[in-house]
Amino acid sequence: MIAAIRCVLRRDLLLALRRPSDVATALLFFIIVASLFPLGVGAEPNQLRAIAPGVIWVSALLSSMLSLARLFAVDHADGTLEQMLLGAAPLGAVAAAKVFAHWLVAGLPLVAIAPVIALQYDMPVPLYGTLALSLLLGTPVLSFIGAIGAALTLGLRGGGVLLALLVLPLYVPVLIFGAGSVDMAAAGLSALGQLQLLAALLVVSAAFAPWAIAAALRISTE
Amino acid sequence: MSTAIKWYWFASPQTFYPLAGRIALACAVGAALLAAAGLYVGFFVAPTDAQQGDAYRIIFIHVAAAWMSMFLYVVMAFWAAIGLAFNTRLSAMMASAIAPTGAMFTFVALWTGALWGRPTWGAYWVWDARLTSELILLFLYLGFMALQAAIDDRRRADRAGALLAIVGVVNVPIIYYSVQWWNTLHQGASVSLTRSPSMAAAMLTGMILMALAFWLYSIAAALARVRCIIRERE
Repeated sequence: MIAAIRCVLRRDLLLALRRPSDVATALLFFIIVASLFPLGVGAEPNQLRAIAPGVIWVSALLSSMLSLARLFAVDHADGTLEQMLLGAAPLGAVAAAKVFAHWLVAGLPLVAIAPVIALQYDMPVPLYGTLALSLLLGTPVLSFIGAIGAALTLGLRGGGVLLALLVLPLYVPVLIFGAGSVDMAAAGLSALGQLQLLAALLVVSAAFAPWAIAAALRISTE
Repeated sequence: MSTAIKWYWFASPQTFYPLAGRIALACAVGAALLAAAGLYVGFFVAPTDAQQGDAYRIIFIHVAAAWMSMFLYVVMAFWAAIGLAFNTRLSAMMASAIAPTGAMFTFVALWTGALWGRPTWGAYWVWDARLTSELILLFLYLGFMALQAAIDDRRRADRAGALLAIVGVVNVPIIYYSVQWWNTLHQGASVSLTRSPSMAAAMLTGMILMALAFWLYSIAAALARVRCIIRERE
């Protein structure tokens, strides 16, 4: 099982490395969406500082969701997914490995680039740590929940829009705790409560989502 | 033993079809009578509220619709789970038959809530915890229906919808508490929904009558819809 997980992880990362433009697109999307808000709401620094955590988190949500549409689609198209379903390794473990690989190439860069966006929004520097930590805990949850939706909508017409409709309502708690933690820190309070709740969401989704993803994959490919 | 046989007997769509027709008719008649009684009590018997005037009377529809909207999602997820676990066709059909009724009640609850909020709170919409979670519940219903509509293969649609409903029902409490918590954090335009505990007996009677009417209506509508689905598929 460990060998299978390592194999899938290595393969997905290698594939991402060979086609770096796919990774760059999601990251670029994140930056562009976050940069659009000041153009819409105006460049008043106090206002920007107030909306910064929410904007960064919503952009991360959308960017993670966009890249999820491709999570299983390519493997489904070339038949790799069927081999994974037939293989001896438990499908849940394979799914978890794929989600983790997705997070490494789509979620982790967001965590790294978020302070630059925060700089654009004139966010106070002491908040960067909380922002990065909340994204670090929250984006894997987005990948896990979103992967269930991606597996359910595999090969459907209008899959991308449908995925958004299914997954975005389920993202609400992550958004609330993620943006809330930064808001708490900005108000001078301890953000520990929200961060712990995010960590709890991460633990729960990491424990249960792989099974749901595996069940969804079996439903979609039968 | 005999009850067990009956359960299996009626689990077949063919034998369930005529039974569903009879129950649906009885429930529809009951719903109409109870709704007439409830609306009469609500509009003519119940006293005018001291603080809210006559505007409060919308709660006779609003509260019952909100109850049903939440309860029907659980019922839908229950049938979906049964269908997924035991691979029974009828359970999956019930789940897809309940979804539109649940979505309708969610919408009615939001709509009447907005109409009530305008004279009472001075705004059609506030980001109150209950309103927000009700809105997200509507999105969950619509997502379930959209997913089933997008899949042509019936079996796959049933099973995919079932999985989504189960994931949704696990998430509903998390969403509810996170939204409630978010609202207490952003204490702003929030207005407490809690009224004075002393409610006139006539008001309570009207509300219970309307709730029962909506119950029977939900059963009637779901069974009528499941009959259409059986005809379509079998």
